[in-house]
Amino acid sequence: MLRVEGITRKFGGVTALSDVSFSVAKGEIKGVIGPNGAGKTTLFNIISGVYSQTAGKVFLNEDDVTGLSPEKLALRRMVRTFQNIELFNGLSVLENVMVGVHTRSRSGVLSCSLRLPRNLKEERSIRETAMDCLKFVGIEDLAGMSAESLPFGKGRMLEIARAMALDPLIILLDEPAAGLNSRETAELGRLIGKIRDSGVTVALVEHDMELVMDICDSIVVLNLGNKLAEGTPREIQENQEVIAAYLGE
Amino acid sequence: MVRDVNSLVKYAIFSSAVLLAPLLFSGGYLMNVLVFVGINTLLAVALNLLLGYAGQISLGHAAFFGLGAYISGVATATYGMNPWAALLSAAAAVGLVAFAIGFPILKLKGHYLAMATLGFGIIVYIVFNETVDITGGPSGLSGIPNFDISGFVFDSDLKNYYLVWAVTLVTILLSANLVNSRIGRALRAINSSEVAARVMGVNVSLLKVQIFTLSAVISSVAGSLYAHTMTFISPASFGFNFSVELLTMVVIGGLGSVYGPLFGAVLLTLLPESLRAFQDYDIIVYGLLLVLITMYMPGGLVRGIHVVTSFARSKFASEVVKNAQG
Repeated sequence: MLRVEGITRKFGGVTALSDVSFSVAKGEIKGVIGPNGAGKTTLFNIISGVYSQTAGKVFLNEDDVTGLSPEKLALRRMVRTFQNIELFNGLSVLENVMVGVHTRSRSGVLSCSLRLPRNLKEERSIRETAMDCLKFVGIEDLAGMSAESLPFGKGRMLEIARAMALDPLIILLDEPAAGLNSRETAELGRLIGKIRDSGVTVALVEHDMELVMDICDSIVVLNLGNKLAEGTPREIQENQEVIAAYLGE
Repeated sequence: MVRDVNSLVKYAIFSSAVLLAPLLFSGGYLMNVLVFVGINTLLAVALNLLLGYAGQISLGHAAFFGLGAYISGVATATYGMNPWAALLSAAAAVGLVAFAIGFPILKLKGHYLAMATLGFGIIVYIVFNETVDITGGPSGLSGIPNFDISGFVFDSDLKNYYLVWAVTLVTILLSANLVNSRIGRALRAINSSEVAARVMGVNVSLLKVQIFTLSAVISSVAGSLYAHTMTFISPASFGFNFSVELLTMVVIGGLGSVYGPLFGAVLLTLLPESLRAFQDYDIIVYGLLLVLITMYMPGGLVRGIHVVTSFARSKFASEVVKNAQG
């Protein structure tokens, strides 16, 4: 599904990522972990087209998508969420998710201004799709609220609903459990399982070890910009290098 | 659906107010001012699409207004073109200009975008002044014909009032449709988080240029209406001051609301007229009022009116309860 090859990123003299390669198989949940400053978020920013890399390539379904912009990647049905949730304030919860249906709708400036019948029909189907996505994550009762009035945990759920509205092949979650309490984290774990069961491949950067070990099929460990290890949760837990990196030598 | 009915009712109320206003103010001078209010509302609606919804500032909108007016004026007064054809040609030409400069300019953000649009506005203003052979320079361009429909000439303030407001009301309706659509949501998304909008597949740079162009085209139409109703234009009407005045109308009226621009345009056009009593001090009172509005109505007039009405409503409700208990 997703393959990164030799990703390197330098910020001035600092090497944030150095020759990182791994792949995500279709239908799996892949975790990317590592101590603070390991380069996890930088890696996600590069894969999702927000940053450009110094070297290396990204493949989506064996197509070279290196350097494509986020909006082009959205058309190829890759989507992501953000560590510090990026909701559209000023829009309602439902409208936020309706923006997620953007790539699956076509009405332009003219037909929207004139409210042509074609446009009204599309508008209805956008609304239904968005509502389905809210139901999928279980916050459909909040549809009419303004996005900025949501508590943080619900905002996270909304961001995931919005991403799902794109009908993605793969979803990248950047620290989805950050800022959530234990009950919300458990709920998130179930939701991520449900996303995978619906046929969407999942890759996530996460600090919450319990969550990662619980839900991931395989894990990549980064440390100081290098790939330290890759394997199943059990293999990672028993890996001496990983333990050393986390405890500090 | 309820929201749709609500907004239709609102729209009907505003339209009938516009339709009936001339019955109340049939005085010659005031009628002329109300034509200006219509043109300013149209301009404020155009700028609001760009600034209020997409969150992109322009300090050069007077230039698009001026280009529309001058292209219309020169094409008709000098070359004898039909005013309607001139309006359409001007709109098309201004659209092309806006589309062309939009791509480089809208890559800029915040203060830099403000500076670039300001620069554009000043360049256009200088061109109006210096190309004396074409525009008549600082002394202006006169002899611009009125609009006419097969012999019916829009030659009085009343006729022009209805013409201008018809265009303005239709534009308000279309822009209300637009901002509540797929495109409008994408615009508001850009305003809130550009990176998230891009991740959702919104082609941010193209959409910004599209809305900039649409905004410029509407401003150009306003310019043509202005030229053919006033029959005389001069560069002074299209300078930096007017760009700032437009910006003030949108901000005072309420950014990103359908009727905000209308309130802003009405207030800022009528206020100087109604402050005549203060004579030389009118500009001080004018400034003071604007400061007070921005301080105490942070969401603009529209938001302020909403707060006042809901306060009055709750006050009224509690009075009723008190009376019932007493």
